[in-house]
Amino acid sequence: MISRVLTIDLSDYTYEIQEREDLVEKWIGGVGAGIQILKERLNPSADPLSQKNVIVFSTGPFTPAYPYASKTVALFKSPLTGELGETHAGGRTAMAIASAGYMSVAIEGKSEKPVYIVIDGDRVHFRDGRSIVGIRDSLILGRILAEIEGGRGIRSIIRAGYAGEKLVRYACLTTETYRHFGRLGLGAVFGSKNLLAVVVIGNKTYPPADQKLYREIYSEIYRIGVESEAMKKYHLLGTAENVLPLNELGGLPVKNLTERRFDCEDISGEKFADENLGRRIACSHCPTACIHIAALREEYEDERYFFKTVMIGYDYELIYALGSMIGVKNRRDLLKLIHRVESFGLDAISTGVCLAWATEAFKRGFVSREDTIVDLEFGNSASYLKAINWIVEQPNEFYSDLAKGARYAAEKYGGTEFAMTFAGNEMPGYNTGYASYIGLTIGLRHSHLDNGGYSLDQKVSSLSPQETVDRLVKEEMWRQVLSSLVVCFFARNVFRPELVSRAFLPIGFQFTEDELEKIGERIYMEKLKLKKAMGYEPDLSQIPERVFEVETPHGRLEREFFEDALNYYRRTYFLKAD
Amino acid sequence: MKILRLADVEKCVGCSLCMLACSRKNVKNQRIGLGHSGIRAVSLSGFERGATVIFCHACLEPPCAEVCPSKALKPRKGGGVTYNERVCFSCHNCISACKIGAIFERDDGKIAVCIHCGYCVDFCPHGVLEVVEA
Repeated sequence: MISRVLTIDLSDYTYEIQEREDLVEKWIGGVGAGIQILKERLNPSADPLSQKNVIVFSTGPFTPAYPYASKTVALFKSPLTGELGETHAGGRTAMAIASAGYMSVAIEGKSEKPVYIVIDGDRVHFRDGRSIVGIRDSLILGRILAEIEGGRGIRSIIRAGYAGEKLVRYACLTTETYRHFGRLGLGAVFGSKNLLAVVVIGNKTYPPADQKLYREIYSEIYRIGVESEAMKKYHLLGTAENVLPLNELGGLPVKNLTERRFDCEDISGEKFADENLGRRIACSHCPTACIHIAALREEYEDERYFFKTVMIGYDYELIYALGSMIGVKNRRDLLKLIHRVESFGLDAISTGVCLAWATEAFKRGFVSREDTIVDLEFGNSASYLKAINWIVEQPNEFYSDLAKGARYAAEKYGGTEFAMTFAGNEMPGYNTGYASYIGLTIGLRHSHLDNGGYSLDQKVSSLSPQETVDRLVKEEMWRQVLSSLVVCFFARNVFRPELVSRAFLPIGFQFTEDELEKIGERIYMEKLKLKKAMGYEPDLSQIPERVFEVETPHGRLEREFFEDALNYYRRTYFLKAD
Repeated sequence: MKILRLADVEKCVGCSLCMLACSRKNVKNQRIGLGHSGIRAVSLSGFERGATVIFCHACLEPPCAEVCPSKALKPRKGGGVTYNERVCFSCHNCISACKIGAIFERDDGKIAVCIHCGYCVDFCPHGVLEVVEA
């Protein structure tokens, strides 16, 4: 059992290691343990970009033990929404943290000068980062750190990019080139702490409590993963397979939701796979390898027969945010936008939604050409490439406002009704109906992965507001258990409650299905309490007007339905979180 | 004698399942984690250039056995070495002697080296590894 917590203070370059078995017994690990560590250390009213913010990275008891336990949960106060920040990443981070001997790592304070941290088993090194500040490409920063630090094959390199250094409120962290702590601005929190990167190295192991049973259950999970239908979608086209069916359904957001359908043949999952898919990559301990990498071969602008080939990760969300949402329908153009966003270390969803708002605001005269510098228009990827540079470089007041998120910019310039954010977080690509939008409003991190509302919309046709809320919350409570183990949500059909309960036995734990369900509920309420203390209110003001104007696969959405749902949520869950 | 060999290294996705299998395989000392593995899955200076696995090449005249003062490593019929961890005193001469960097330090200070048992092959989901007659 791994239950150690490492706390690193950047203000005085010290660290401390504590045994926290109490957290495992009561909260499993991952998000359950992480939220307790955050509560112990963070003042809810702290400024997210001050030294008072605290970051917790957390893995769980399944992390080194089972396939698909490949995720790390990060918790912090979000500089984008001003309330609870939570984001999950794959890559090799979870394996490295657990192998270094930790369940969780907390980082607090602020370094006076730029640094990066190397966690090498029981030792923590604070390295001078002054000569690697200002690198505009996160790939290059990753390569430099890979060459100067050890631990090849048993490490993870987690870095904020240039966007994080420039405090863009939706800057992400990148790990192993293609995975991200994407949402809610953890990159900016790194930036505000003068922290460039965290390298984690470890090779610690431990024995199972029951060797025979461990091998049996391990093989069972492995077989379900590789042989059953549970992982099929991710094994084949990946999440990009959603593009065509969602467009067909009218659920794909197009041009800031001003249009209903999109010519998306060229940016479909099928087209990407046929024309560009150049490689697949896996997170640690994942047999599915859902990371799809496109090869983009390009001739130099000014020299014939000189080519470069860039490898670019793609997923449904990126195709939506930097494709249909801003009207870009050409695959090459889209790949270049994805690559730019990746190089800077920006969250792709927030970047796309901010650009979509800016385009409409420009078109409708809320902002001028002086503000936007170029003519922003849907589909014009050359302008968007420039605009992305300016979001990071912030050459004028407008772009430095846009770097604070779509809600912030819209509140200043006008156009809040079409700034597609929920509680301040830019929306993911699901205009599927009530469950999607209500799910985003009440979801603890305002993400589609909180409660899978988009999926509920596609499965069930007529739920009452109360039923919708109950179904979403129930799903989100169970997902607290999954993200305490911590397993990838893509493997949620592998890790059913019965199997989860059984899989604890050979690694020395006992949790019944009932107990797991109750822990899920408790973690949910703990998080809701913290959100409340940070100022979150579940009400209509968190939802842009456009939601009530657009057609969805469920038709036009009634405001009263949202009112009823949110009132019910407030009474049944929110007011009980004290 | 059988040896573990690369069937197609270009297929490697870097998932590390082989490493975890290797740590798990020893019935007398089964371990959860990467640190008892005699095989290592690495990226090629970043995953944009792909991934590969590093393990014992089954040399016919293994330099690692030659420099082993305790005879913990002995040449194995068909290539590679056998490893007797009880007599190993963790000098790590073998780690320096292996030109391809295929001997690794375990978390208890002793070494991990592939002995060509082939257990990992069953857990490689993408056909990177195979066991063949030497």
